[in-house]
Amino acid sequence: MTRQITFSQAVNEAMALSMREDQDVILLGEDVAGGAAVDHLQDEEAWGGVMGVTKGLVQEFGRERVIDTPIAEAGYIGAAVTAAATGMRPIAELMFNDFIGSCLDEVMNQGAKLRYMFGGKAKVPLTIRTMHGAGFRAAAQHSQSLYSFFTHIPGLKVVIPSTPYDAKGLLLESIFDDDLVVFFEDKTLYTMKGEVPEGSYRIPFGKADIKRKGEDVTIVAIGKMVHTAIKAAAELSKNGVEAEIIDPRTLSPLDEDTILSSVEKTGRLIVVDEANPRCSAATDIAALVADKGFDYLDAPIKMVTAPHTPVPFAPSLEDIYLPTPDKIIKAVQEMTGSELVI
Amino acid sequence: MSQTQTNQPTISKEEATWMFEKMLEIRHFEDRVHDIFGTGILPGFVHLYAGEEAIAVGLCSHLDDKDYITSTHRGHGHCIAKGCDLEGMMAEIYGRATGLCKGKGGSMHIADVEKGMLGANGIVGGGFPLAVGAGLTHKLKKTGGVAVCFFGDGANNHGTFHEGINMAAIWNLPVIFVAENNGFAEATPFHYASSCKSIADRAIGYGIPGETVDGKDVMAVREAAQRAVERARNGEGPTLIECITYRNYGHFEGDAQTYKGEEKVKHLDDLDAIKKFYTYLTEQGIMTEAELDQMDDDVRRAVDRAVEFAERSPYPLPEQLMEDVYVSYKTDGGAAR
Ligand SMILES: Cc1ncc(C[n+]2csc(CCOP(=O)(O)OP(=O)(O)O)c2C)c(N)n1
Ligand SMILES: [Mg+2]
Repeated sequence: MTRQITFSQAVNEAMALSMREDQDVILLGEDVAGGAAVDHLQDEEAWGGVMGVTKGLVQEFGRERVIDTPIAEAGYIGAAVTAAATGMRPIAELMFNDFIGSCLDEVMNQGAKLRYMFGGKAKVPLTIRTMHGAGFRAAAQHSQSLYSFFTHIPGLKVVIPSTPYDAKGLLLESIFDDDLVVFFEDKTLYTMKGEVPEGSYRIPFGKADIKRKGEDVTIVAIGKMVHTAIKAAAELSKNGVEAEIIDPRTLSPLDEDTILSSVEKTGRLIVVDEANPRCSAATDIAALVADKGFDYLDAPIKMVTAPHTPVPFAPSLEDIYLPTPDKIIKAVQEMTGSELVI
Repeated sequence: MSQTQTNQPTISKEEATWMFEKMLEIRHFEDRVHDIFGTGILPGFVHLYAGEEAIAVGLCSHLDDKDYITSTHRGHGHCIAKGCDLEGMMAEIYGRATGLCKGKGGSMHIADVEKGMLGANGIVGGGFPLAVGAGLTHKLKKTGGVAVCFFGDGANNHGTFHEGINMAAIWNLPVIFVAENNGFAEATPFHYASSCKSIADRAIGYGIPGETVDGKDVMAVREAAQRAVERARNGEGPTLIECITYRNYGHFEGDAQTYKGEEKVKHLDDLDAIKKFYTYLTEQGIMTEAELDQMDDDVRRAVDRAVEFAERSPYPLPEQLMEDVYVSYKTDGGAAR
């Protein structure tokens, strides 16, 4: 029988496996152990992160390797950069990706550029795990999806898993990769269950996964949007439209070939991205296909994204902020005209 | 640095009434939000201020609408003490269109600029430079106003604490930095995360006055605040006040609070700020038990009304999604999707 675990457990397992395998792997972040220096919490019941994702790690690996930090993102993310450059293999947790505002210099000007500026004489084997995503009623400063930000910066690798299986394999790959990887975890996916093998396995970067095969339209969907696209595809299928769903899994590097050959087959591209629409992963993928796959296209490229606004708090607004299956179906209708009316 | 003691009665009945009422408003408001959150109908994260009332109220008893405050993720108490409307606040927490921020901000972003309330804040450490900027405006426009920055013990390790206080000091700005040291940042104790014994000690490094007061004693907070506000209004620059306190509830609603110890029992009872003030007011003969109990009833009803208001208010309409991103922005054919 295949084993089903949650996204959160998959992430936890990848960290535990890597820490068992390599003594140099350490974990730092705010309350990643929890209850530092609280006598009655030394072993049992420590928090294990605000969402419980790192629960149990301090019990197995101790406070020497699972390190609670002050609320000082510039401090500990910066420290993780040079801990990595000087011999450790740290995992640093940036609780919400929105907090990058407090430590962008350490990532953008230090970690991302050390190797290049030093003429290849340094490496930064650091993984920054961070939570993203709207739909949690967490409002404008705790709901953004900022992966395009990092994709823009040379020297960083950017990973966004959409399933528990991918999360574990990609996180193991990230931790043992010798470059600085920013690993995104959608907070609304943590409880999602899926099939995950017990042992260690790695999913290479720059390899998109075709989450659904189809002939009529290519949908490139990022992170949680893969599931939104799968719902839309089920509806479309009832009406004779077969969508191919591509999950890039890593935005940097990006698997251009898989996207281009799918569009070559279908002649149509929709990019679904819950991030804001300007200078985004969606525009980047659209530009890729416009540039290298223009001749394959039978219709203009469509993007289904959030609007150019911060994430609103009110449920009535957040629900329309996010891309939905309906919006994807509408985009398909628009691009196929009358031939594929649903 | 120095432990301040409360002196003999120094408030009028009118001042006492305002202070006790605001403390009760905060307590009953937060207790109600706690109960409602427990039913599962409230969206989002909620961080409650119950237990820390004396700090916001002690400080704000010296402020008026032209004075600014910056706040934290635990902002409801600061809002109430600064005069924000209970109904508008509750509606905001419910995500309704009648909320103080039209339902777009929620608990962590309640603001009322006309009342001088520059917003609760989802970013720890976000308030320091914001208070400095408000202080700069006061100084340059010679308004006589001050800016108060409330922050937690966890925030005093953030870079913005150091950058903000240093700037306020070199520019001699009318800013008061108020640490709410409740012993924990989420599950992390203050004594683990900070290298200093007291937050007030850090004032020395910036050449400004710093003192530690009992943050459960509204009269002690008020007295320290008075000195700081006077200094600020007289152009003598910033002050750092550390208030020792405790939060009655978890870090956020839903937190099992495993990191707390025996001390929590005392805090909910003997050390309770409202009990302490009640005893003080009656023992000093400033107010009678009957008067205070009547206020308690009145405030409970006001909170009931706020809940009723929120629950019968509509959610924001779809078109409001695109409003208020900018003051002006050409969107036709532009980026709005
Ligand atoms: C820049 C940033 N880092 C981390 C967080 C997550 N976070 C929210 S509140 C909090 C603890 C704050 O502790 P403290 O400053 O003591 O305030 P308290 O909650 O005790 O009132 C943390 C770590 C955040 N919101 N912003
Ligand atoms: Mg605290």
